[in-house]
Amino acid sequence: MPGVSGQRMNLITARGIGVTRKGTAILQNVGIEIAAGEIVTIVGPNGSGKSTLLRVLIGALNPDRGTVTRRPGLRLGYVPQKLAIDATLPLTARRFLDLPHRVPDAEAAQALDTAGVPDIAKRQMVDLSGGQFQRVLLARAILSRPQLLILDEATQGLDQPGAARFYRQIEAVRRDLNCAVLMVSHELHVVMSASDRVICLNGHICCEGTPEVVSAAPAYRELFGRGTGGALALYRHDHDHGHDDNHHHDDDHHDHNQPVHDHA
Amino acid sequence: MTMTITITINRCTTMLDDFLIRAALAAVGTALAASVLGCFVVWRRMAYFGDATAHAAILGVAIALALNISIFAGVAAVSLVVALLIHRLSDRAQGTDTILGVLAHGALATGLVAVTLIPGARINLEAYLFGDVLTVTRTDLAVIWVGAAVVLTVLWFHWSALLTATLNPDLATASGIDPRRENLILTLLLAGVVAVAIKVVGALLITALLVIPAAGARRLASSPEGMALRAAVLGVMAALGGLVLSMRLDTPAGPSIVVTAVVLFACTTIGGKLQAIGGSSP
Repeated sequence: MPGVSGQRMNLITARGIGVTRKGTAILQNVGIEIAAGEIVTIVGPNGSGKSTLLRVLIGALNPDRGTVTRRPGLRLGYVPQKLAIDATLPLTARRFLDLPHRVPDAEAAQALDTAGVPDIAKRQMVDLSGGQFQRVLLARAILSRPQLLILDEATQGLDQPGAARFYRQIEAVRRDLNCAVLMVSHELHVVMSASDRVICLNGHICCEGTPEVVSAAPAYRELFGRGTGGALALYRHDHDHGHDDNHHHDDDHHDHNQPVHDHA
Repeated sequence: MTMTITITINRCTTMLDDFLIRAALAAVGTALAASVLGCFVVWRRMAYFGDATAHAAILGVAIALALNISIFAGVAAVSLVVALLIHRLSDRAQGTDTILGVLAHGALATGLVAVTLIPGARINLEAYLFGDVLTVTRTDLAVIWVGAAVVLTVLWFHWSALLTATLNPDLATASGIDPRRENLILTLLLAGVVAVAIKVVGALLITALLVIPAAGARRLASSPEGMALRAAVLGVMAALGGLVLSMRLDTPAGPSIVVTAVVLFACTTIGGKLQAIGGSSP
């Protein structure tokens, strides 16, 4: 029985999470569950508590109210929003992958390859471009063979095509590792294309469900305003691409996984 | 006393009679611990934190004299309390700079006042402000080397965790490392180094011994470990070079060590720049 229930048990279950800072409620009664293998995206405007919720989930922040239950022995891969490496710290991409545990060269090379940056092992972290840097963070996160990969606004600082490529990379990683993915973003259209479930957050959970359900929800439209019309169209377009292999669309070239262009 | 010592055939023991040898060993031990820990001080931008902890050492000296306990113990205890205080305060408030300023100079001034108030104690305050490495005793030497060994051992075993926590606390948490614990360890080590270094360079120049060798090693290294190793080498060179300088020119030893470290820093930085220019040209 424990085996069965272990299989069924969510990777992370958070209930009734409340976080208050300096008298302001940042999160109120937020509940979230992540099951094995699913892709969940949290969307919300700036200051809606997205990063705070992630920090609660990974255990970096103790909520004032509520409980977080992680599956025992849960392996987390975490890609932070940004990593400010002080210029005084010499650190190659290869050495960064060794934190906190040394990994064999072959595994490190494999991870860099999976993340889409095979040739930068010897480069200094501070010299990498935004896209390369995020991919090295991704490579490090997948080295621990995570059951749950958590990405906090991982495409910040990337342009739109760069972000789209990065998300396709994550889909590929997810297929390879068969892990669950929890993403936070405000870039709705690109993110939602891959998600099984979208949670719309603004201090509390406004609405939740499949991308279709959420994008049609009044609460979502209210939160993101009229601008979502265009974004939504783009989302649908991406979404179709992700799930069928029909190549008769006039813009197939978007579908290929190999990023051949340099980021602009 | 002299009799017993001269009788000993142990060359090591005889060697330790020489105040110069003792001074050199004390300076080298201190430099090793300070320069390696100093890398973290530089990476985490804790220089001011180091200053505050070190300045508090004077208050420790005053307390040690008043209670008639070991100077090392007094300094270590007060530095620890101040370091923990800053550690706590800097966790919640944004204006850390101001808090550090208040604590650093508050502890220094209080210490200076307290030392003069202690009845009967006529001490050479300069020795604690700028160090007095030429007067280290064998007991001092033992304390310095045990302290340095402890600092280096803890750094060795916590290297990866400390490095991960330095990069990003949340990244560390997700990897199962408690960043607060690692911060606390650094705080404790800093207090330890302050206690070890007070005899050698004095309260006012301890931060220099932490920061300057590490900064000098930056341009020479391409990995964190490489930087720590080179910082240690530069630190030892500064310690020995400073002592030689002090002997030749009859200058105070502590400041001479720091001056040597600054000269080495200038050399590696300019050398590194030249190398970068040379490397980039086809």
